[in-house]
Amino acid sequence: MSGNREIDQLSGVDTTGHEWDGIKELNNPLPRWWLWTLYLTIIWSIGYMVVYPAIPGLWGAEGATKGIWGWGSRADLRTQMTTVEQGRQAMNDKIATMDINAIMADPEARNFAVSAGASLFKVNCVQCHGSGAQGGPGYPNLNDDSWLWGGKPEQIVATLENGIRVAGNPDTRDSLMPAFGKDGLLEPEKINQAANYVRQLANLEHDAGLATAGATVFAENCASCHGEKGEGNQDLGAPQLNDAVWLYGDSLEAITTQVQTPRHGVMPAWKDKLGEGKVKALAAYVLSLGGGQ
Amino acid sequence: MNTHTIIDKQEAKAVNTGAKAQSSLYAAHEKVFPKRAEGNFRKLKWIIMAITLGIYYLTPWIRWDRGPFAPDQAVLLDMAHRRFYFFFVEIWPQEFYFVAGLLVMAGVGLFLITSVVGRAWCGYSCPQTVWTDLFIKVEELVQGDRNARIKLDKQPWSLRKLSLISFTHFIWLAISVATGGAWIFYFADAPTLLKDFVTLQAPFIAYGTVAVLTATTYLLGGIMREQVCIYMCPWPRIQAAMLDEDSLVVTYNDWRGEPRSAGTKKAAAAGLAVGDCIDCNACVAVCPTGIDIRDGQQLECITCALCIDACNGIMDKIGKPRGLIGYSTLRDYNHNMDIACPDATDEVWGRIDPARVHKPGGGFIDGLKHFDWKIFFRARTMIYMGMWSLIGIGLVFLLLTRDRLEVNVQKDRNPVAVKLSDGSIRNGYTMKILNMMPEPRTITLMIDGPPGASMTIGEMEDVKGRSAEIPVEPDKLRALHVFVTVPGQLAVKGRTDFRIIVTDKQSFETDTYKAIFEVPENMQ
Repeated sequence: MSGNREIDQLSGVDTTGHEWDGIKELNNPLPRWWLWTLYLTIIWSIGYMVVYPAIPGLWGAEGATKGIWGWGSRADLRTQMTTVEQGRQAMNDKIATMDINAIMADPEARNFAVSAGASLFKVNCVQCHGSGAQGGPGYPNLNDDSWLWGGKPEQIVATLENGIRVAGNPDTRDSLMPAFGKDGLLEPEKINQAANYVRQLANLEHDAGLATAGATVFAENCASCHGEKGEGNQDLGAPQLNDAVWLYGDSLEAITTQVQTPRHGVMPAWKDKLGEGKVKALAAYVLSLGGGQ
Repeated sequence: MNTHTIIDKQEAKAVNTGAKAQSSLYAAHEKVFPKRAEGNFRKLKWIIMAITLGIYYLTPWIRWDRGPFAPDQAVLLDMAHRRFYFFFVEIWPQEFYFVAGLLVMAGVGLFLITSVVGRAWCGYSCPQTVWTDLFIKVEELVQGDRNARIKLDKQPWSLRKLSLISFTHFIWLAISVATGGAWIFYFADAPTLLKDFVTLQAPFIAYGTVAVLTATTYLLGGIMREQVCIYMCPWPRIQAAMLDEDSLVVTYNDWRGEPRSAGTKKAAAAGLAVGDCIDCNACVAVCPTGIDIRDGQQLECITCALCIDACNGIMDKIGKPRGLIGYSTLRDYNHNMDIACPDATDEVWGRIDPARVHKPGGGFIDGLKHFDWKIFFRARTMIYMGMWSLIGIGLVFLLLTRDRLEVNVQKDRNPVAVKLSDGSIRNGYTMKILNMMPEPRTITLMIDGPPGASMTIGEMEDVKGRSAEIPVEPDKLRALHVFVTVPGQLAVKGRTDFRIIVTDKQSFETDTYKAIFEVPENMQ
């Protein structure tokens, strides 16, 4: 090699012999230890591939070589989740034994319960009640102060624990509104009169003549559950009719439809699925939305 | 001239020239054994080392009373609580722009220093230089000066060699542990952490940090040394770009030194031209990066100025004026070279004729350029100085006028609004009240509008109306979920602006947030 040596005159440095358009590449040699660091990284990468999952497409269901340390991101997640669960266990057990009112009065317990409830809500409740608990037609808005089965803390806990209209659960919230139209209990014009009266109760636009007639229909057929002035009955899950909140809408058609063929909402019982601590956490979260009583 | 002075010629060769004579693509590492230098710059470097290391090791131990609700450590980066304490200043995460501002100042300051005195950062205050300097001193104290160390290095292994080398490494490691150890005290209460650390009660991260920093200090300061500056550090490339022809850099003044000659008298007697350089290699022997400054400005030169000290010592001994190697600007150097080189062309300086710059009886001719204070005050330095000062003044102004009470508001967007059973409309807001003082305060929270609105707070039972007294813990943030309700007949569809005001009635500090009350078009 020394025979081919060419020294650049200006810098006194060897050239590598490479030349492009008259520009010669100088050879300012890299320190040899730097080369060793390259070899070290190569050795490191081989060790890494042996120890950790590395080569895809060769192995089993998860698709990559396993690595002799048995590390995997799924197993790692499981471990982390277990650790998190264990970390929460003590607080969860504590709120399970506390009364919901006591939880709401204790800043530490309330803080834990509301945060835990918020994440539980996202997993278990948003499918029907919406991500902001704002509900929708047929699904109650949990932010407001209108409650079918009661908005007191212990009433919310009870509704959560045993659900609504859960078949085979003796403690579940249950009631049934007769299908006045479909089963022929009331003639269509009487239903129309009653619907107009209901809109009068709620201070909505209505036909005064029909409403006057509807008052009698209401007193005879509806007042036993919904109350004489439409104030509702939370023991029966009978909605308040003289307020501004409507589960299936406040239009004449919506009210008429509900009298003719009533729809009945259901909600699963959560006590057995989540346990008492998590049910109370959910109740605390719902109460934190500001509508509780 | 003192004719009895004998100057030893050092057996020293620049390590970055050896590679030029071989054609391998990789160069073997040549060990550098810097000789002890003595002189003004060496003294300056000792002083700077004492100051910088003193600041580094002692700062965490300075106490600063902030009352019962804040730590009493003068400088503390409290990661867990997200607070940064610096003497009388306390910084919350959102005020990090103060640190960013300081970093910008440090950057501009570096530009300023570099444009004036070249790579002074590298030569005097870079941690790599400071610790390497310290490690070389340890090496010298244990193994002796340059020649003794070279001799020891060449010797076959013996008990003496083993004990000397291992004792050196032992002290290096001790310094490294102390270095890594000092670092962690910036992040926690220093006395408590020290006690926990030695009783093995400290968190794992503390031991991990000390271990990593011990390893890097030992490796970079003891083993890698000049290799870090030459091959790993980007600064030599960047800082060189900040120099101009008026920057002071360590310069070998060929115009008075060349032609160099080891046997000055013989050469003079033979009628040859003789420069001031007696080719004693003292400048090469002291160089911590192992280069020969006489080859000109090089990437490897960290401008530590030890070659100036070495050369000045020699010049004193042989009775010639100091400054054969000295801080000089490129402009002065070129001016003097123009005088000294009779055959200069645009490409090369050519032959240097010492007679053109030296007076026959000693000293130099008039008309040569030497160091002048005026180069410190030129447009470039003034602009850097101006920028630096403006940022500094801006930061001080911000610091003196910043709020210690703040309210951050986030409106609930899901749902945007809620209709209540009586037809009134409710909006929700997450409000964060920041009490940035290390004392408990009661903050008055008030809503100014919208018409007819009243306020309830999820976390506080008995709040009604338009204002509430909120106790906030010292140096803490309190988050509240606040509901604002407007009666149905007063609710206006669309957006209504209103203000949320927090006030500390004691200090009259106040902060206002412009909020929106929203009633969706399809509601009611």
